[in-house]
Amino acid sequence: MIPAAFDYHAPTSLSEAVALLSKHGDTAKVLSGGQSLLPLLKLRLGQAGHLIDIGRIPGLEYIKEEGGMLRIGGRTRESALERSEVVRTRYPILLDTAQVIADPLVRNMATVGGNLAHGDPGNDHPATMLVLGAQVVATGPKAERVIPIDGFFVGLFTTALQPDEIVTEIRIPAPPARSGGAYVKFERKVGDYATAAAAAFVTLGASGLVERAGIALTNAGPKPVRSTAAEKLLTGRRPDAAALGEAARAAGQSATPSADRRGAADYKKEMAGVLALRALTKAVQRAGGR
Amino acid sequence: MAMHTIKLTVNGEPHEATVESRLLLVHLLRENLRLTGTHIGCDTTHCGACTILFDGQPVKSCTVLAVQADGRQLITVEGLEKDNKLSAIQDGFYQEHGLQCGYCTPGMMITGTALLERNNSPSELEIREAISGNLCRCTGYVNIVKAIQHAARATKQETP
Ligand SMILES: Cc1cc2nc3c(=O)[nH]c(=O)nc-3n(C[C@H](O)[C@H](O)[C@H](O)COP(=O)(O)OP(=O)(O)OC[C@H]3O[C@@H](n4cnc5c(N)ncnc54)[C@H](O)[C@@H]3O)c2cc1C
Ligand code: FES
Ligand code: FES
Repeated sequence: MIPAAFDYHAPTSLSEAVALLSKHGDTAKVLSGGQSLLPLLKLRLGQAGHLIDIGRIPGLEYIKEEGGMLRIGGRTRESALERSEVVRTRYPILLDTAQVIADPLVRNMATVGGNLAHGDPGNDHPATMLVLGAQVVATGPKAERVIPIDGFFVGLFTTALQPDEIVTEIRIPAPPARSGGAYVKFERKVGDYATAAAAAFVTLGASGLVERAGIALTNAGPKPVRSTAAEKLLTGRRPDAAALGEAARAAGQSATPSADRRGAADYKKEMAGVLALRALTKAVQRAGGR
Repeated sequence: MAMHTIKLTVNGEPHEATVESRLLLVHLLRENLRLTGTHIGCDTTHCGACTILFDGQPVKSCTVLAVQADGRQLITVEGLEKDNKLSAIQDGFYQEHGLQCGYCTPGMMITGTALLERNNSPSELEIREAISGNLCRCTGYVNIVKAIQHAARATKQETP
């Protein structure tokens, strides 16, 4: 399959890339890993007049902990997350997530910035970033701005990014002591988007009660779903089986999936609750709760 | 029509080509450079028959633009053999009967080569994970895993 014709630009600096995006407006698209964009163009489900390839701009691929934050460069590959020592030891929820995205070949190209910027509710990073309280750094013509993840996903394939903004960094607050997160996905086969998937993050207080909880779902509606109802149910409580079960059921209730080849809507809703329970249980274990 | 002149290295040899922006890398390799060992199985980023090494990493060349390869080092299945001698991976597939129709084989061997570069004694699980983006409709994977294990043993004997 051959995409419709477009022009291609390979800027070597961020300012040059932003200038090209400003010049070409809505007809331009950022090309990062290309693993969502190129299939869309090939199938002609999407079109672009100009592709602005950010692949030759230095300094956009890194993973470092600094100033109480994990900083991930916008063009960091999924495979780099998988192989990162700091991710493995300090942010295992990110490893859970990266490992179930697409397949190892796709992950050698696909980028974290692209995964968020695509605004696909089937992508796996959004739920994880929601429970981690991440921030997306977008660089535009004037300056950079920091977009809290809660306001980032606007609708199906739509984010808060302006057409001339580039995701340059993702920031994740370093986990406080006694915190743990987990991402659990149910897929038909390697390389498939989630039938259902859930991310959970908990911080326990000195008394062992849940101080903060984050619960979010993948492929459970037109945009990634954060279940504040489930989070409220858990906050301030002892994370025992009864409390986790109640929160997971509430999370399942916040799913509004649609039926497709992966299953009926009711089935997916049920699975969202099941996976929320698994993710919560693992998160609590990792927090040292049990 | 937007045309670009690109320079790239394929299997150690420099090439220059003038291509349309939308030309896919797999088509540059197969049609312009006549390296038809890289296959197109699905054209939808699922099967891995088009896998090549892109600056050392295995990627699906049906989902990369030729212009993205400007200045890059590529290895295709044709580049595995050295001095008329099969590489360890190729020999492994030969010894262990790692193929039937052969359609997936170039991609499998490229992925296997990259795996052994990173890890010269992968477990069966690590092998199965590494090839999970390469589909084979014939073998049931058992002999492909054995072929990569065979190559791992041979590689370790060469570079202990
Ligand atoms: C077979 C297959 C299976 C897959 N399975 C999964 C899966 O299970 N889970 C999952 O999460 N994903 C999956 N993906 C998608 C994959 O992870 C994508 O790579 C990812 O969604 C987009 O990242 P990218 O870097 O490839 O972005 P691109 O394809 O380059 O871009 C995607 C979109 O984001 C925009 N964009 C990209 N980067 C930026 C940036 N820095 N700033 C502003 N805008 C930007 C682009 O303009 C485009 O609109 C799959 C892909 C394939 C081909
Ligand atoms: S042809 Fe490229 S993945 Fe199938
Ligand atoms: S040998 Fe036929 S597809 Fe693998």
